[in-house]
Amino acid sequence: MELLVTVVLLTFLVAIVVGIIVLRDLLAAIILLGMYSLVAAGVFVVMDAVDVAFTEAAVGCGISTILFLGALSFTRHEQKPRGHDSLVAVVFVVLTGALLIYGTLDMPYYGDPQSPAQTHPELTQHYLYTSMDETGMPNAVTSVLASYRGYDTLGETVVVFTAGIAVLSLLGLIRRRPEDETPDDAPGDVPALPKNDSERTS
Amino acid sequence: MKLYERQRHRVLQIVTKLIIPFVMLFALYVQFHGDYGPGGGFQAGVIFASAFILHGLIFGLQRTRQVITPTALRILMALGVLIYLGTGIYSMLLGGNLLDYNVFAHDGKHGQHWGIFAVELGVGVTVTAVMISLFYSFASKR
Repeated sequence: MELLVTVVLLTFLVAIVVGIIVLRDLLAAIILLGMYSLVAAGVFVVMDAVDVAFTEAAVGCGISTILFLGALSFTRHEQKPRGHDSLVAVVFVVLTGALLIYGTLDMPYYGDPQSPAQTHPELTQHYLYTSMDETGMPNAVTSVLASYRGYDTLGETVVVFTAGIAVLSLLGLIRRRPEDETPDDAPGDVPALPKNDSERTS
Repeated sequence: MKLYERQRHRVLQIVTKLIIPFVMLFALYVQFHGDYGPGGGFQAGVIFASAFILHGLIFGLQRTRQVITPTALRILMALGVLIYLGTGIYSMLLGGNLLDYNVFAHDGKHGQHWGIFAVELGVGVTVTAVMISLFYSFASKR
């Protein structure tokens, strides 16, 4: 049963990716990206990684979709038709893809009993058996994230902070223009809409 | 035209007003129940930010900016990291290692509870502020 669910979910993933590649409509592609994250979250649930699935659903499916839609307002809704596919580009893409797949060959198969994590289970067992006594946390994932590896999570928080600072310094948090001060039915918002419409219809 | 638009979105606005408190409550649940179930500061921050983003999508960015100002967001972004780092430094001041929560209470487990609570709060505050300000900066450019 679990195998069936996994096969169906992975088939969905492949179908969605093909859809994203084929579609010219960027809005539809963004919605498909959100669907991809949702199905990927389903795959993580099947693999019993609920914390990861939760993050994937919230970040990949929720926030990223909104941010992509925001980025879409910078540009047009249609991808420009390409003249011809450059041979060099195809070679590079195929080469990079082949390298990435080659890189995964060294990794142990999912659930492989001969994988290092299974043949040397001391660390895993320490977390699973003693984290409740040492930290009083029923959720071992939280105890590892926030306590055993608190220093890692500090680094991750700083990464999020740095990413925020970087985007703010590139795009700016506040538009320093006079129409900023007025409420939302300001005249500044109106001209943008017809301009976009005429662009879209032309 | 704008008045007409407002009338047209009346249903969306009322439903949004009803939903937002529950979204925030769920975010707080995820934040403080992360010790027992899936969740934690990162997921909770994203969900909490999504309440503000929903408000921004339905009521317009200008009004969301009045609810939580960009200046407040910048302060909160740094505050979260400072809460996290401050917890670590406080544990050092009490004689432990960096982020060694056992020194916070006589019982090590209680110390761990306080430490993880503070650290997850820091993560949640930073993630919320960063996500909302990302939305602000993407949505305000046309």
